[in-house]
Amino acid sequence: MIFSLIMQGNMSRKLHARRIEGIDKNIWVEFSQLAADYKAVNLGQGFPDFSPPHFIQEAFCKALNGGFSKHQYTRAFGHPNLVKILAKFFSRIVGREIDPMEDILVSVGAYQALFCTFQALIDEGDEVIIVEPFFDCYQPMVMMAGGTTCLLDLRLKEGCGPVLSSADWVLSPEELASKFSPRTKAIVINTPNNPLGKVYQQEELHMIADLCIKHDVICISDEVYEWLTYDGTKHVKIASLPGMWERTVTIGSAGKTFSATGWKVGWAMGPGHILKHLKTVHQNSVYHCATAAQEAVAVGSQREYDVFGTEGSYFQQLPKHLHEKRLRLADCLKSVGLKPVLPQGGYFMIADISNLNVDLADPSTKDEPYDYRFVKWLIKEKGLATIPVSAFFSPEHKDEFQKYIRFCFVKNGMFCSYF
Amino acid sequence: MASIKHKNTKRIEGLDKNVWVAFTSVAADPSIVNLGQGYPDIPPPSYVKEGLAQAAMVDRLNQYTRGFGHPTLVKALSKVYGKVYDRQLDPFKEILVTVGGYGSLFSTMQALVEEGDEVIIIEPFFDCYVPMVKMAGGKPVLIPLRLKGSSGTASSVSSADWVLDQEELASKFNSKTKAIIINTPNNPIGKVSRSELQAIADLCIKHDTLCISDEVYEWLVYKGHEHVKIATLPGMWDRTITIGSAGKTFSVTGWKLGWSIGPEHLIKHLQTVMQNSLYTCPTPLQEAVGQGLLRDFELMGKPDCYFTSLALELEGKRDRMAAMLRQTGMTPVVPEGGYFMIADVTALNQDLSHMGDDEPYDYKFVKWMIKEKKLASIPVTAFVGEDSVKQFEKYIRLCFIKQESTLDAAEAILKSWNKD
Repeated sequence: MIFSLIMQGNMSRKLHARRIEGIDKNIWVEFSQLAADYKAVNLGQGFPDFSPPHFIQEAFCKALNGGFSKHQYTRAFGHPNLVKILAKFFSRIVGREIDPMEDILVSVGAYQALFCTFQALIDEGDEVIIVEPFFDCYQPMVMMAGGTTCLLDLRLKEGCGPVLSSADWVLSPEELASKFSPRTKAIVINTPNNPLGKVYQQEELHMIADLCIKHDVICISDEVYEWLTYDGTKHVKIASLPGMWERTVTIGSAGKTFSATGWKVGWAMGPGHILKHLKTVHQNSVYHCATAAQEAVAVGSQREYDVFGTEGSYFQQLPKHLHEKRLRLADCLKSVGLKPVLPQGGYFMIADISNLNVDLADPSTKDEPYDYRFVKWLIKEKGLATIPVSAFFSPEHKDEFQKYIRFCFVKNGMFCSYF
Repeated sequence: MASIKHKNTKRIEGLDKNVWVAFTSVAADPSIVNLGQGYPDIPPPSYVKEGLAQAAMVDRLNQYTRGFGHPTLVKALSKVYGKVYDRQLDPFKEILVTVGGYGSLFSTMQALVEEGDEVIIIEPFFDCYVPMVKMAGGKPVLIPLRLKGSSGTASSVSSADWVLDQEELASKFNSKTKAIIINTPNNPIGKVSRSELQAIADLCIKHDTLCISDEVYEWLVYKGHEHVKIATLPGMWDRTITIGSAGKTFSVTGWKLGWSIGPEHLIKHLQTVMQNSLYTCPTPLQEAVGQGLLRDFELMGKPDCYFTSLALELEGKRDRMAAMLRQTGMTPVVPEGGYFMIADVTALNQDLSHMGDDEPYDYKFVKWMIKEKKLASIPVTAFVGEDSVKQFEKYIRLCFIKQESTLDAAEAILKSWNKD
């Protein structure tokens, strides 16, 4: 009898939980593998190809040599040095006293902050408004929490010039208002936006805020690229608008702030009565985040607090450095017939590929959206990795947005030589 | 006033309390000798720290790595555990790197447990198992370890004296049983399961149940005892997730890296949870752990392998702590593994009636001991369900992975116990 059971291999009962049904596919897993297999130049995934700034690398070295406590558990909801400086820093920006112990949760990257937020606040039957195109994890996270996504598209406004900017993509006020229902629990906004690079202006945020207040809806504001805006565009925190602090969870990232995506330190910030639920999820899922990296981010943040607004600030230097790269990439893309959309902020630029007439005769990608097929062709034939923008749309709307691909320009490498 | 829409979701209802949040802040007072929370105050091995410093110098290692585990690390894990399991482990399909052993437990529950599922948990249990099963919608089914045999005061009790009643165990399994969680070496008792594993395996196979085996203390097993992986028993590989921890392996609990090892058809579901919860773990830490594992892989079985040398160092501390506790009049349960020891405080006859009626005796004792003796520990009923409180409320848990000066300070307190 034992012999036949060994031969059985898989267990006979159904194994996986329903909550993970339909969320097993993941674009990053697929495309990073492909890029690695073909040794492609990676302008796809969003991470810098240069090192974090010297002062933060130094802070990390000091932390790991800073005695045994830096290698043992710290405070579960966030290392004290880190939450204190984050509270100080953002109090000054948001214009209110933020409590480091009550109003902040440190997480394993902004990704985990998003996860805690959805798990803490979204129940079966809750609707969550998501603005398309969206960072791809929002929808699966809402689904895993049993919620329903209610999609709202950014649309190219009427009468745009020949040179497109992310500012040309806007929300229709009527359409936005129509998405709010008695079942709406939350709306997710991402500014600066990934993949478009749109930076929401005051008027747009006020429009969203008014509806959140009117319908008693929570705003989840993903602001990981908050320090990367170009051409004098200002980043505005929706949590700083009247009536919004008490209903907004703002998400930030040390990885994007300090060009150290591999450190996976992020945070959620908001009123204590909402943050406490995120903490409950956190303490029942990962419980603690790594200590040394938190200490280093604390030291780096203190340094930035002290030089804020001055030329020496990394938050001035990095966008200045990337400003040029962004323009250079746009020129390269134009030179080969692509139509770039100049981003107001963030790490990414999308480009319209419809003018190119490429023979995508790859039978293995026959049934996929055009942009997926183009990206795979580009990896295999040209050794250049990008990401298809329809990946940032829901399955329902993928077909309408098949003609854009996304490039990451946070690279020191001479990417123009590939064009 | 907070909106009704700002209330917590059903999945976390009642899961906000946590014994650690309560006790760690109390024990943070530096005048208190902290034998409570389980972390070393001894330094990690220098080559592990150096590995991290080196990794941080490489640009690419400060950026995102592979979501399911950094290649250097998963390959090193497959080497080390390939040897331990005596089987080929696919680093990409049979291993998932997580945020500590905790993260592996969470990924496993979220992936494999849902409403309608029952999960058997053996008391005393690491306290997160029950809330995690509940958060996944499952129903925890508890069964206590019981002290076997002799009545009267035995001055030397071992964790091996705590056993499962076989009939009781069998009675807990039914068609709804999705999984059983085992923890060996066990926290808090320190029991290292061996003969029980076959009985558990037989029941898992009979009822087609999963086994979640938390083995974070796997290298910390003392003389005369052997750690056995239930996944190596016949019929068990296909239904077992085994959990390990870099924090416990290399004395770096603050690095929060762990792993799940199991068959592809189970690991793939944990990977789905990972990619929808935090996506990837920190890169430089994973690189350093991978390098550390490769270094110790070469030394496996030799005395200067850290896995061996740490166990040897801790055995001395274990025996020292047991002696100190006995001297005071407590009855320690000498653990076969792990870095905790529980002790029975009954014989001290400490009257705590002035502390009220609303908490189990051990909670009151621990609070009293912190206040009056400046010595911190953890109440063992934090690790059991309501029905077993009476059985365990005379026990406190102490952590002995502490440097000699900490143990000296504890000894001074314990020696002068009866002098007040």
